[in-house]
Amino acid sequence: MEFYTRPSFFILLAIAIVPAAILGFAGKRIKPYGITASLFFLGLLFSNSPSELGAFLLFLLVSSASAYATLRAKRLSKNEQLTFRLSLAVTIAPLVIYKIAAVFDENLLGFLGISYITFKSVQVLIEIHDGLITELNPINYLYFLIFFAPFTSGPVDRSKRFNEDANRTFSKEEYADMLARGLMLLLIGAVYKTVIASILYTGYTPTPLEGGLSGIAGAIKDSYMYGFYLFFDFAGYSLMAMGAGYCFGIKVPRNFNAPFLALDVKDFWNRWHISLSTWLRDFVFMRFVRWSMRHKVFPSRLQTACCGYLINFIIMGAWHGLTIDYLIYGLYYGVLMGLTDVYQKKSSFHKKHRKKRWYKALQWAVTINLIMIGMSIFSGQMHLIIGGIIHG
Amino acid sequence: MDKTTVEEKMLAILADICADDIVYEERDIDLFDAGLLDSMAAIEVLVSIEDEFGVEIAPTEHERNEMNTVNKIIHQVCARL
Repeated sequence: MEFYTRPSFFILLAIAIVPAAILGFAGKRIKPYGITASLFFLGLLFSNSPSELGAFLLFLLVSSASAYATLRAKRLSKNEQLTFRLSLAVTIAPLVIYKIAAVFDENLLGFLGISYITFKSVQVLIEIHDGLITELNPINYLYFLIFFAPFTSGPVDRSKRFNEDANRTFSKEEYADMLARGLMLLLIGAVYKTVIASILYTGYTPTPLEGGLSGIAGAIKDSYMYGFYLFFDFAGYSLMAMGAGYCFGIKVPRNFNAPFLALDVKDFWNRWHISLSTWLRDFVFMRFVRWSMRHKVFPSRLQTACCGYLINFIIMGAWHGLTIDYLIYGLYYGVLMGLTDVYQKKSSFHKKHRKKRWYKALQWAVTINLIMIGMSIFSGQMHLIIGGIIHG
Repeated sequence: MDKTTVEEKMLAILADICADDIVYEERDIDLFDAGLLDSMAAIEVLVSIEDEFGVEIAPTEHERNEMNTVNKIIHQVCARL
């Protein structure tokens, strides 16, 4: 059973929230019940697919073994670097194998939620290596990985933040506030996803480009429709995941913040799929930049940044899937981020006018169209159009 | 190294990375909000701190709001020396 789509899920969720609310109001820790409920929902998620269940359990085994091996090596200061690298490789391996197999239409080691659980495991692993995580309670670790609300599609939480919420109790007022917010988020999210997104999707009717202005207008309409559809669909899902989390006492982080108001593409990625972009920023971009600065790989900081953006966003594209559309989508943003950086650092025109209202309006208009071109690549519409032009 | 030396060195580093001498005056403004620091520059700050003071701070060790002003950055360095 998929989460946040069928009425049966919502009915079960409503029932599951009742004991959480009773515990919350009583000032008791919700964690033991939250673990039980998570096991129940994951059981439902994998009920029709023993192979996915097997892949999930294998992932948990590999991920835990890696985390504890790295922790031990760090404590003993023995083979630390080697253990960390091996652990990282085996933790990422199932996702990489799954993505490569998907190119050949095979499901190998895949299960619903594999992408998101991998992010969480890798975060723990890297922070053990950084010396930021020095103890790893197995229950806390597993609860962080299996908590059902954001399990299938995020938002990607961080272990430290998650565990602080999971291990605390709330006063009656605090929990009442969280529950009210949680229910509100669930409702708004449901309206976003099941009502607004569904209506917008009916307006998305991509075709190969037809001649004349009406053809171009139609293509632009479709890219906007898809962009807004994707926002309401995914932001709607994310709000529901957040809402369910709040009911269980977990302040699941926010994933979207008015992305279409962004003034440049850097701003867009601070507002769109925030938990993914900040994860990539912290564990890919910053790591790459730090490594290349320490080793003085590039002569200038701008070159370092541009290369960092390219790597960061190509990984983002590949993570969506190893298809030509997603890879170009990643490349598109990698290049745009670099160009934006160069423009903003070098252009005296930008520096002179950046605080003026007309300039901001212009920036916004350019940015939203760049975003919609990105949407068109992401949705496959661009592929269809270019294919149509090539094949006449 | 006493606090004044750390302060002087840190201010010089930040003025260089932010390319703005405002860091000497406005020590409590949010450098990210003011557009003086971004993710790239934040790493430059961390690497410069390593080079200058031999203090390693991991990129996710602190929330942004714990290292977003001149004074907070100086405080974090001093706390490790």
